[in-house]
Amino acid sequence: MAQEVITLGGKKKSMLIDKVKELLPDGGNLNLCLTCGACSSGCPATGLEDMDPRKFLRMAALGLDDEILKSDWPWMCTMCQRCVYVCPMKIDIPQLVYNIRSMRPREERPKGILGSCDMALRNDSCSAMGTSPEDFKFVVEDVLEEYQEAQPEFKDMQAPIDKQGAEFILNQNSREPVTEPDEMVPLWKIMHLAGVDWTYGNKGWGGENYCMFLADNEAWEHITRTAAKQADDLGCKIFLNTE
Amino acid sequence: MRKSYGDPIAEDLRFVVRSVVGEENFIDMTPNRSNNYCCGGGGGFLQAGLKDERLEFGKLKDDQIQQTGASYCIAGCHNCHAQIHELSEYYEGNYGVVHLWTLICLSLGILGPNERAYLHDDLKDVLVFHPESEM
Repeated sequence: MAQEVITLGGKKKSMLIDKVKELLPDGGNLNLCLTCGACSSGCPATGLEDMDPRKFLRMAALGLDDEILKSDWPWMCTMCQRCVYVCPMKIDIPQLVYNIRSMRPREERPKGILGSCDMALRNDSCSAMGTSPEDFKFVVEDVLEEYQEAQPEFKDMQAPIDKQGAEFILNQNSREPVTEPDEMVPLWKIMHLAGVDWTYGNKGWGGENYCMFLADNEAWEHITRTAAKQADDLGCKIFLNTE
Repeated sequence: MRKSYGDPIAEDLRFVVRSVVGEENFIDMTPNRSNNYCCGGGGGFLQAGLKDERLEFGKLKDDQIQQTGASYCIAGCHNCHAQIHELSEYYEGNYGVVHLWTLICLSLGILGPNERAYLHDDLKDVLVFHPESEM
C-alpha cells in the first residue's frame, strides 16, 4: 500500500545563505557540506561565542538568519582560510563570514574597525591612523637624513616618495611613521644594499586596509584603487605589499 | 604571499630565515605551512574590541610557539607582530617577536642601536652598528 507523500510546508523563504551564494563563484560551494567537522577541529575560533565554522555554516543552511546576524562570531573569525584548506569540498566559509559582516548596519559594526576605516577615508594616504601625505613625507625625509648622517655607510641611501618610473612601489604600515619611525630603516637598508629601484607613493601609501575588515566594499575598493592608481601613475612595475 | 601563491613561495622565505639565523637555529612550528594556525591578529580582530576572545583565539598559536622552545618568533606582518607580541607577554612565554628585516640587518652587521626595539637582552648588544648613535 502506497504511503501518502509527505509534503514540506510552505514556500522556501529567501535566506541569507542564498544571497551569499549568488555573490560567490560556484556559490562558494556552500551547499556541499559533508558535516565532517574538519573545519572546526583546527580552527582557533572554535568555541568562541559557543560557535565554530561547521555550526555557523549549518545554521546558515538551516536558515537561522536572525541568530547568525546577532552573533559577534563573524568578528572573531579572522578569515584565515585554514578551514577552506582542510575542507574536502573546499567550502568558502570565510566568504560567508565576510558577507555576513557586510549585512550588519555599518554603524553597528565594531567601533575600532569602523574608526580605522573612516580614518583611512580622511585623506589620500589611506592610512588607518589618519596621517596626512605631508606628515608622512616629513617623517620619512627627517628619519632618512638622520640615518644618512649617523651611519655614513648609508649616506647614499634613499627613501623616495613618488619617484617616477621606479621599478618597485612599497607601501608602509602607518604605525611605523607615527609611533616607531626607526623600524622603517632596516627595510630601507636592505633595499639599498640590494640595489633595488623603489619608491613610496604619496597617495595610498598606508599598507593596512581596515575597510576590508569592516566589510565596506565601496571603501575597500576606494583604498585599493587609490594605491593601485598611484603605482600606475608613477609607472611602477611591481607593488610590494608589506602588510 | 602563501595564501595568494601557495606553499612553495613560502619556501623562499624559509631559505632567507635559515640563511640569516643559521640552520641549527631554525625551528619550524607544527603544524606548519597551510596547515598552520592563524595567530588571531588579522581580519580586524586587533581593532574589534574583543580582547578576551582574541587572546583565547591566540592560545593555540602561543602553545604552538612555546612548544618549539625558540627564543624568537618571526612575524610576517604588523597585525601578526602586534598579536603575537601580546600573546608572548600575556601567556608569559616571553619569547621575542621580531620582523624579518631586523634579523636580516642584524646578520649583515648593519643594525643600529635604535633599530632594536624588539630584540631581547641576549641580542641587544650583539654586532651593534654605530653604537655611538644610540638615542
